[in-house]
Amino acid sequence: MMKPVILLATLLLLVSQVSAQTSPQTTGRIVSVGGAVTEIVNELGLGDRLVAVDSTSLHPLEMRALPQVGYMRALSAEGVAALHPDLVLLSDNAGPPATIEQMRGLGIPLKLIPDRPTPEGVADKIRAVGAALGRQGEAETMARETTDRLAAVSRVVEKAAGRPRVLFLMGLGRGAPVAAGRNTAADAMIRLAGGINAIDGYDGYKPASGEAILDAAPDVLLLPTEAVDAAGGRDAVLALPQFAGTPAALSGRLVVMDTLYLLGFGPRLPDAVADLALALHPELAQDLANDAAPKPGGRS
Amino acid sequence: MTSLPLRDAIWTGRSRHAGILAILSVLAAVAIIASLGVGASAISPGTVLRTLLHAADASPRDAAIVLHLRLPRTLLGFGLGAALAVSGAMMQGLFRNPLADPGLIGVSAGGAMAAVAVIVLGVPALLAGTVGPFALPLAAFAGSLCTTLAIQRIASDDGRTDVSTLLLAGIAINAIAGAVTGFLIFGSDDRQLRDITFWSMGSLGGATWTTVLGLAPFAVGAVVAAGRWAGVLDALLLGEREAGLLGFDVEPAKRRIVIATAAAVGAGVAAAGVIGFVGLVVPHLVRLMAGAGHRLLLPASALLGGTLMLCADMLARTVVIPAELPIGLVTALLGGPFFLWLLIRQRRSFPP
Repeated sequence: MMKPVILLATLLLLVSQVSAQTSPQTTGRIVSVGGAVTEIVNELGLGDRLVAVDSTSLHPLEMRALPQVGYMRALSAEGVAALHPDLVLLSDNAGPPATIEQMRGLGIPLKLIPDRPTPEGVADKIRAVGAALGRQGEAETMARETTDRLAAVSRVVEKAAGRPRVLFLMGLGRGAPVAAGRNTAADAMIRLAGGINAIDGYDGYKPASGEAILDAAPDVLLLPTEAVDAAGGRDAVLALPQFAGTPAALSGRLVVMDTLYLLGFGPRLPDAVADLALALHPELAQDLANDAAPKPGGRS
Repeated sequence: MTSLPLRDAIWTGRSRHAGILAILSVLAAVAIIASLGVGASAISPGTVLRTLLHAADASPRDAAIVLHLRLPRTLLGFGLGAALAVSGAMMQGLFRNPLADPGLIGVSAGGAMAAVAVIVLGVPALLAGTVGPFALPLAAFAGSLCTTLAIQRIASDDGRTDVSTLLLAGIAINAIAGAVTGFLIFGSDDRQLRDITFWSMGSLGGATWTTVLGLAPFAVGAVVAAGRWAGVLDALLLGEREAGLLGFDVEPAKRRIVIATAAAVGAGVAAAGVIGFVGLVVPHLVRLMAGAGHRLLLPASALLGGTLMLCADMLARTVVIPAELPIGLVTALLGGPFFLWLLIRQRRSFPP
């Protein structure tokens, strides 16, 4: 009887110790939720005003050292309130809705940023973040630049001789690998870079059987960096039995890219599309370098 | 476990009952006060007290945090913990099975199936206008009740509910509900999948006065009604026929216990998602401390269930400030080892 009581008391004591964590009020404290939103804040040169980000905000690297408000769909109202933010930028994918209502109720200044995985969506995102931060001018320039560069890349991509079939796999864990179907960010990227999604039988990300992969006959495999590292490197991936006999494995065409860079639909989108296009169409290297390179003095 | 009723019989006395309930009430009060005082924002205990007694004196921000976030969250957590623990105690008594928990009669699986359906398929436009944000909790509640009623119906014949059929039908319906949920998950997109994952780990984070009012009648109803069934549940420990011979009207009691459990746990699933382990473990903790008699077991489970739920929630919202952990993780992570420790200790002091 006594021991549980003591244990409980200790627990309470521990908990009360943890709660004393808050910071003094300063102006311009921003909390950013959403990987692409955070990237835009940084591109606008306001990264030093960020006091916390969500767990999808992985770029630039400094962001990983900031306090984390958790996964963007599992936010905590009091947690965000405790940061005394002057502005919370929320991707409109953030949630849960009840928590966002609570934050409104607490009088936390919120700005919802439309977050669509399309080229137009990126420009909208940049303008919305710029408007929320009072940097309309810079944001407008950045949005135009992004749109122009994307247009330049697609003009080059249109010259490509063929359209390779590309298979995007989320990972190579146990069981069937999860492949991107229609209406996914990966599908959109493959199109933008002048490829065809090898999987067109379903929507979303679903496990694909070995036969389905063979049937899809991908010319190129596209995988996230972590997945390839976990599987033991490029050669190990190309030697996997589920890819044996696919044109991609036979010709050794495996493209490896960082997930957030590839699928984040943030301000780095034109670079990501150009990189993927170069991997899919090596013959366009010269054109991409001439016509679709970032402007000197522009963003890296 | 067999030695416990005997020990209980020897030691039972009104003063002992009252003593245990008094200790648990004090713990519950401490947990409630602590839960109001703990959170990501540092608000001093004095301020919390002043805000509660006279909200107009406090700064609007402190008042909002204490009165609109912490107070409903605390009440929801306590009510939910009490409802889950009492329901678990009743299920274990009804099934005469220490492994029984409310999930056995399909409450959680049915609620989860309906909630996942709302997340993946959305709400029909016609309904969206009227039910709006309540679509998910309403669906979860309806799913819980319907599944349990179906199981109850299958196991009933001529007004008699066969407990072993109830259990087996529960297992089968749980499997079917799980498969339907899996099928819906297969059709979900990335974002829905993550919503489902977090929902199924439970959270008190969405607590508002509306959720508290939604849960209250069912939780209070189950806890109060449980008191009336203490006698019949004690008698059921001997066996169903024996309970009947002792003069208890067993059939209606069984039916009502199942329905009260489904309503209370269903309302809990609707308010906070699936929070496991409390319904299973808390009654056992009470039995280890106080014996198996339901007159003490049921109210003590309610108090301890609420208390432990609040402790788990305090950890859930403070260990990763400014984020928060799903509470289901905390209940399982703390409850599991603690329960094992008690089991091992129990076996040492009462060798089989």
